[in-house]
Amino acid sequence: MSGPSNYQPSHPAAKWLERRLPIIGLVHSSFVAYPTPRNLNYWWTFGAILSLMLGVQIITGVILAMHYTPNADLAFRSVELLVRDVNYGWLLRNMHACGASMFFVAVYIHMLRGLYYGSYKEPREVLWILGVIIYLLMMATGFLGYVLPWGQMSFWGATVITNLFSAIPYVGESIVTLLWGGYSVGNPTLNRFFSLHYLLPFLIAGVVVLHVWALHVAGQNNPAGVEPKTEKDMVPFTPYATIKDAFGISCFLLFYSLFIFYMPNYLGDADNYIPANPGVTPAHIVPEWYYLPFYAILRSIPNKLAGVIGMFSAIIVLVFLPWLDSAKTRSSKYRPLAKQFFWMFVVVCIGLGYLGAQPPEGIYVIAGRVLTVCYFAYFLVVLPLLARIETPRPLPNSIADDVLAKYGKKAVSAVVALFVAATLFAGSASNARAEGQEVPPSQKWSFAGPFGKFDRGSMQRGLKVYKEVCSNCHALSYVAFRNLADPGGPGYSVAQATAFASDYKVKDGPNDQGEMFERPGRPADYFPSPFPNEQAARAANGGAAPPDLSLITKARSYERGFPWFIIDFVSQFQEQGPNYVNALLQGYEDNPPAGVTIPDGSYYNKYFPGHAIKMPKPLSDGQVTFDDGAPATVAQYAHDVATFLMWTAEPHMEDRKRLGSQVFGFLIIFAGLMYFTKKKVWADAH
Amino acid sequence: MTASTVDHPTRRDFLFVATGAAAAVGGVAALWPFVSQMNPDASTIAAGAPIEVDLAPVAEGQDIKVFWRGKPIYISHRTKKQVEEVRQVPLSNLPDPASDQSRTKDGHEQWLVVIGICTHLGCIPIAHEGNYDGFFCPCHGSQYDASGRVRQGPAPLNLPVPPYQFVSDSKIQIG
Repeated sequence: MSGPSNYQPSHPAAKWLERRLPIIGLVHSSFVAYPTPRNLNYWWTFGAILSLMLGVQIITGVILAMHYTPNADLAFRSVELLVRDVNYGWLLRNMHACGASMFFVAVYIHMLRGLYYGSYKEPREVLWILGVIIYLLMMATGFLGYVLPWGQMSFWGATVITNLFSAIPYVGESIVTLLWGGYSVGNPTLNRFFSLHYLLPFLIAGVVVLHVWALHVAGQNNPAGVEPKTEKDMVPFTPYATIKDAFGISCFLLFYSLFIFYMPNYLGDADNYIPANPGVTPAHIVPEWYYLPFYAILRSIPNKLAGVIGMFSAIIVLVFLPWLDSAKTRSSKYRPLAKQFFWMFVVVCIGLGYLGAQPPEGIYVIAGRVLTVCYFAYFLVVLPLLARIETPRPLPNSIADDVLAKYGKKAVSAVVALFVAATLFAGSASNARAEGQEVPPSQKWSFAGPFGKFDRGSMQRGLKVYKEVCSNCHALSYVAFRNLADPGGPGYSVAQATAFASDYKVKDGPNDQGEMFERPGRPADYFPSPFPNEQAARAANGGAAPPDLSLITKARSYERGFPWFIIDFVSQFQEQGPNYVNALLQGYEDNPPAGVTIPDGSYYNKYFPGHAIKMPKPLSDGQVTFDDGAPATVAQYAHDVATFLMWTAEPHMEDRKRLGSQVFGFLIIFAGLMYFTKKKVWADAH
Repeated sequence: MTASTVDHPTRRDFLFVATGAAAAVGGVAALWPFVSQMNPDASTIAAGAPIEVDLAPVAEGQDIKVFWRGKPIYISHRTKKQVEEVRQVPLSNLPDPASDQSRTKDGHEQWLVVIGICTHLGCIPIAHEGNYDGFFCPCHGSQYDASGRVRQGPAPLNLPVPPYQFVSDSKIQIG
């Protein structure tokens, strides 16, 4: 198909090079003159989108590695500080973290497109298998990368996934020890995961080259599923496919930017803002959304080894797909039964994804088993059977006939359906909570929504509450005094921040005599911690160490339940953290409800998971006086301190939203221009 | 193809140029964060704030080395002899002419404060070495006098004087 190049260099330098290394000719024959079916729809642009995402992930990843420290004691902090201090660090991290999700969104659409249009069938089996290998490598890379921030989900994800290998008979335990480089997940594990996470994307890029090579040998499939016969069936890759891909990419970038700038944590898990703690497993541990269907399969099978085999088989079965489905007709457009089963399969996958995020109990387990059977039945029973019993509709004579026959109208509804499904699926990934928990009431926050800004007065009052009350037990160790004067912060001047810092005593040293000494704080210092170490904090607080508050509003969340996660996606609600902090501070009740006993040294709190909290009621009316006349009530304190803590958790929120509106403005204009350019270019081809 | 080009050449060209220009502008703007992130981050800049150095323990004829922004700063308590010598050198003899007065603070001429990085290729010269009672760079043999001015060797410039001022007679602030 791609045949010998007909490229004839005209410039003498190009001629000179071409005789020695025909690289320009190769590019020309592969990406310019390469004939592409003229009836490709927009589902075919996801190949280009995936190439873009691989590039974005490699570039942002290489840059993040410049600022990241792969050490179990420093990793979490290095990620936080790169987000806070590095120029555009927050942007690069959001691009990379959301980019992983976008990569998987695109790859799932790409795979389902292949499934629907039979792109795995003869002569494209090797092309398809290379795709499955890329997908496996992507899953490995995504997992390794998720471990690197070294939060609670990172650590426990690493523990659970590596423990899958312990299911292997006889050598399982030895393999797990080998993977860990120790007796448990620890620093050696983090180091090797970092190394491998850096390596695998380049392997993916290598397999992508093979994938594209195989594609260019076999030629692209197309929605009609008939092989091109004449020149009239094809258009040259450039400008036709190039411009169409570019338009597809510009639309995809809009979707991607929505997450980067407006809901960077929507697809993540709040628990990963808690530093890794080998002593405590999060109450509800879920993988990232893109693994959920397989996780559901793993949990549905009540035997350890069988569960692991089931999970891996769910992916490996794709390798055999070209032989399982032996139907001659490629495209499901002409296969009335296969088409219906395809959509059922999509629903099964989304259902499995939803179940993967639910607690493994009751009806969820049964539903999981049913859907697991359905998943495998699709590949092992339905497709082989359909190939024998189904009568396909007549195929068009040629691609040109297919183009003339119709103009697709269903695409829009399919996009909408898929978007809703994806939202449902993504929303299901949010973490669940124990039953019978009071849901914190939603407050009005100045910083909510796409144009929300922090209320400076509220932040300044919140800082006062923190300083006078919270700071007696809670650290704020990711915030430096200089940050108080940062743009988008509480709005203090540099002089005010310096004066604020000098009120604190900071330990420094050693001096020339080798002794530690105390000096007044400087803007570059971080808020000092009230306790010298975790043990001291624990001992002074009845066994429960008061958590660092810097990230608390991003590290706490609660399940909003169906259908809220869909509405939340549209309304961009992401204030669970501040709602929780606000509610917790007001959730104390002197007398627990009947039937609830609270152990000695604990207090009843309506909103604390399990209700028994070690922190006594911290705030009471009149405890802190404000200079600006705001009421000295617990409700006001709670609101202000939650606002302040939202800023400490996300100091660049205003930057993020401002840049987001600029990027959106640009991308909308650009996508519009691309649309008309594409129409103009294709006007000749139709 | 040719028909439409002939029909609306300008409108078509304008659309293509506008799209291409938008892509170019967007591409260049998107590059900026990737370049900007290489610059020192906010914590590095904050850590580069001015430092204070107490000069009281430094005896005459002694040098101390302190670090500011990761650079070694030599603070020399020069002897009267050193000061006289460097002030008598005719400026025309110097590769990088500068008077000692311009490199020290009035009333504190016994104190020399220089960034101790050889202007040749960045090695650290050794104090009280060489032929000029100043600094000698072991890497490529550059020699500086007691005013930190280059006298011999491949270094093109004098040792730079960092921004500093006397807070009191025995205390300076660098930066």
